[in-house]
Parts: sequence; structure tokens; C-alpha cells
Amino acid sequence: MAPFEYVRAEDAAGAVAMVSADPGATFLAGGTTHLDLLLKDAVIASTRLVDITRLPLRGVERAGDTLRVGAMTTMEELAADTVVTERLPLIREALLASASTQLRNMATIGGNLLQRTRCRYFRDRTVAACNKRALGSGCAAVTYGARMHAILGASEHCIALHASDLCVALAALDAVVDIEGAAGQRRVPLTELYVVPGQRPDVENVLQHGELITHVEIPLLPAGARSGYLKVRDRTSYEFALTSAAAALMLDCGTIASARLALGGVGTIPWRAHEAEAVLTGAPATVTTFRAAAEAAIHDPFTVPGTAFKVELAKRTMVRILETVSGVNP
Amino acid sequence: MTIQLGTSKGRTTVIDVDVVVNSTARRLTLDCAVTLLDALREHLGLVGTKKGCDQGACGACTVLLDGKRVLSCLTLAAQCDGREVTTIEGLAPEGELHPVQAAFVRHDAFQCGYCTAGQIMSAVALLEEGRTGSDAEIRELMSGNLCRCGAYNNIVAAIREVAAARRA
Repeated sequence: MAPFEYVRAEDAAGAVAMVSADPGATFLAGGTTHLDLLLKDAVIASTRLVDITRLPLRGVERAGDTLRVGAMTTMEELAADTVVTERLPLIREALLASASTQLRNMATIGGNLLQRTRCRYFRDRTVAACNKRALGSGCAAVTYGARMHAILGASEHCIALHASDLCVALAALDAVVDIEGAAGQRRVPLTELYVVPGQRPDVENVLQHGELITHVEIPLLPAGARSGYLKVRDRTSYEFALTSAAAALMLDCGTIASARLALGGVGTIPWRAHEAEAVLTGAPATVTTFRAAAEAAIHDPFTVPGTAFKVELAKRTMVRILETVSGVNP
Repeated sequence: MTIQLGTSKGRTTVIDVDVVVNSTARRLTLDCAVTLLDALREHLGLVGTKKGCDQGACGACTVLLDGKRVLSCLTLAAQCDGREVTTIEGLAPEGELHPVQAAFVRHDAFQCGYCTAGQIMSAVALLEEGRTGSDAEIRELMSGNLCRCGAYNNIVAAIREVAAARRA
């Protein structure tokens, strides 16, 4: 690891200016992934860390039917928010199923959105084949063993998973990301923030160098909506998802009036399941409907022997969360 | 924070950090890349905080930063400028035990002891968080602290006892 400089920005504009002007500079938020990759794994580089954790971008404000979350709010702080607890159970459950309390006290919401993949080949610099680290070098995960990897939005070029739980719930809710850059501010729907790897696994999102996520806006669910998050994993707690699902339903006398569904543990990006929502909407809230929706959600998966189990597990995860949220059990 | 000393290719890579550790104000002059964990162990001689995985996976390095539990292996010392750190050495006055430490001894809540400082710091924070309503809750919220000896049952028993005593 090459030596680096550490500086703290006074405000968002200053932070953006510092990083924009310096191709080697990177923002430092909670650091739970960034410092790991920089200091320990040495698979990313930075000549200057611009600490943004003390920027006035911390806290949660409600404006009508929207929750405006400062990007430097910690995961633990957002989970404890009273509006989140009462109106967005799927967000709270996704956060509390993430990491440990220690990590949730450090990790920020903005940083969670931009966390890097946990693909062990990406994180191991002794592995030569990683298109995300070295474009054109191949994908060791496809060739060698894979398990904690993506099956949707994946290809022979890259099967690295986006491992955020929070982003699954945010994708289901149509959250919007506020971005500040040297050229001004812009707003991007969370589902359009990410780029499916395709031929360019090195490009993960639409952010330009120096652009900073300042806020995440979360539309509240309508009163009476039911929602939840289910995470299936190899151990009960403190583990990344094999599969997960966030669901929100409005029920009207046993019929699904509206549905939101997104999947985790399976996508190279947080995966919104629009096809499944179309199956659910207007249909009776039954296990048959839920299974049909799950079948619609998973199409054209790219699997390797180690990840083939995720196709069925993801479907069962969807059925289970829909059963739980709707109160309909077989 | 004042920046001085070492440079690399025109960049200043060594800084002064003012931090309160276990109620004592300290000034450290460090490379920017030094973690809080290494600063505690190597620069301040506070070796109670343990380096386990050094990658945020085991919880052995848990300390309190401004009263909240964090992983010192994934925190830069530079980020702690102007803040307060509490380590296992600062939990109780010299020669005394914090109630959680005493409960760990009573319940035999460790074997090799390597994870113990992290377990105790995490438990102290958990008690402050007030989320010790059931064994299941304690287990879930202590899940970031691994114990390879498998003393989990006794760790839960120790925390349960201190939580009950606080409620009484």
C-alpha cells in the first residue's frame, strides 16, 4: 500500500472540490469496506482520503410522505428512527439484518449504497483473473468455485454480487439518490444508480469521480401497507445473504391492490422484481399467486455449479416473505 | 489537527491526532494509515484490545468511540481526532472490575481469552443500548463478536445476569 494523505472536508462542496480536483483522491465515509480494501487487501488505491463523516449530512427528516436521509447517517441511526420503525419495517429489518452493531455504528447510508462486492476473487490480489480489478483478465469466480455470487445481471465476464441488504429494500421503495458534483446537483433513482456489469465490470455505477451522494430520499409506504425483509444465510446472524427479499403489499379483502418486491443475494445490482409485481397486482393473496410471482421474477439466470441452488432458494425466499407480509400461510 | 512531518511525493502522510483515551488526553503523531487498533497497541501500549482478523469479521478489536461500540481495526486513528476512546483498560479503576468483567469471571465466559476484551466492550455497549430483553436478543446483538472456543452460553449468561441486576 502506498502512503496516503488524510484530510477532512468542512462541507459537501469542499469535499466534492477536493476529490474532483485530484484523480487519486477518494471519499472516506464509515470505512468498513473502503479501509479493508485499501489497507488490508490492497486491491484499491488512494493517494488522499477525504474524510466526509463530519459533514453536516447526518440525520433523518420527514417531509410529507418522504423521508430524507443524510448520507452520513449511520445504519444504526436509521434503523432506530421512529418513522422508519413505524412506516418502513422493511428498511429497519434490512438494516438490522446487516453486519453487527459495531459495523452499523460506523457504516453510513451513502457508503452502504456504494459498498464494493464481497467476491473473494476481487478481494484477493493474488488472483489474476478479475475483470472488475483488471478489465480483460477474466473472471476467476466463473472458472473456480463460487457460492456467494450473483445469478441475475451476471455473465461470464463477472458474477460479483451487490451484497447490500438496505439497497434491496430501497430498490423496492423507489428511493431516490441526491448527488452533488463539481458541475452541480442531480437526482437519480436508486435503481438507475447501478450499472449491470456486461462487458465493463469495472464500472459499477453512474457516478463520476468526485460526485458525492448527499441524501437518500425514501417514499413512505401508504398507511395500511404491510412490509418486511427476509434474509436467508449460512449462519443465523452476522452473515451475508445467500438470498433475500424485500416486500411491501397493500391488501384489499384478500386481493393484492399493489405490490413492491426486490431481491438480494442474487443480483450484480440490487434487483427490483417488476415482473413479479405485475403478477401479484390484482391477484388473490394466495400461495399459488406468490409462487407464480416468484417464477416470473427469476428469468434467464446465469449460474455456475456453486450458485445453481440460488434459483430455487430465491423463489422460496420470495414466497416466504410474501406469506409473512400478507399473513397468508399454506 | 495540525499537519506536519512526513511527506510522500509532495503529500503530507503523517499527522498529529488529539484523542482522549480512557479519560486521558493524548497527542499522537502517526502515519495517516495507522488504524485506531494499532495506535492503541503499538503507540499507547494498550494491548488489552486484541487484533483478531484485522478485517472487521471477528469483533476482537471492539472499543467504544464516543460511547458507541466500533471496530478499531477498520477505524483510522486520524478519524478519532477530537473524540473519546474507551478500551478494556478504561472500564474500571486500577485493581477493580467492571460489573461485566466480574460477571465474565463468575460465569467462566472465556477459555483462551483472546476474544474476551472485545466481548466485554461489546457487552458493555449492549447494556447501555438497553437491548438485553431476552437471550435471543443478546445473542443477535452480540453476533459481531466471535468466540472460537465456543464460550457463547456462558457469555450470554454473564450478560443476562448484569442486565437483570441493572433492572432490579
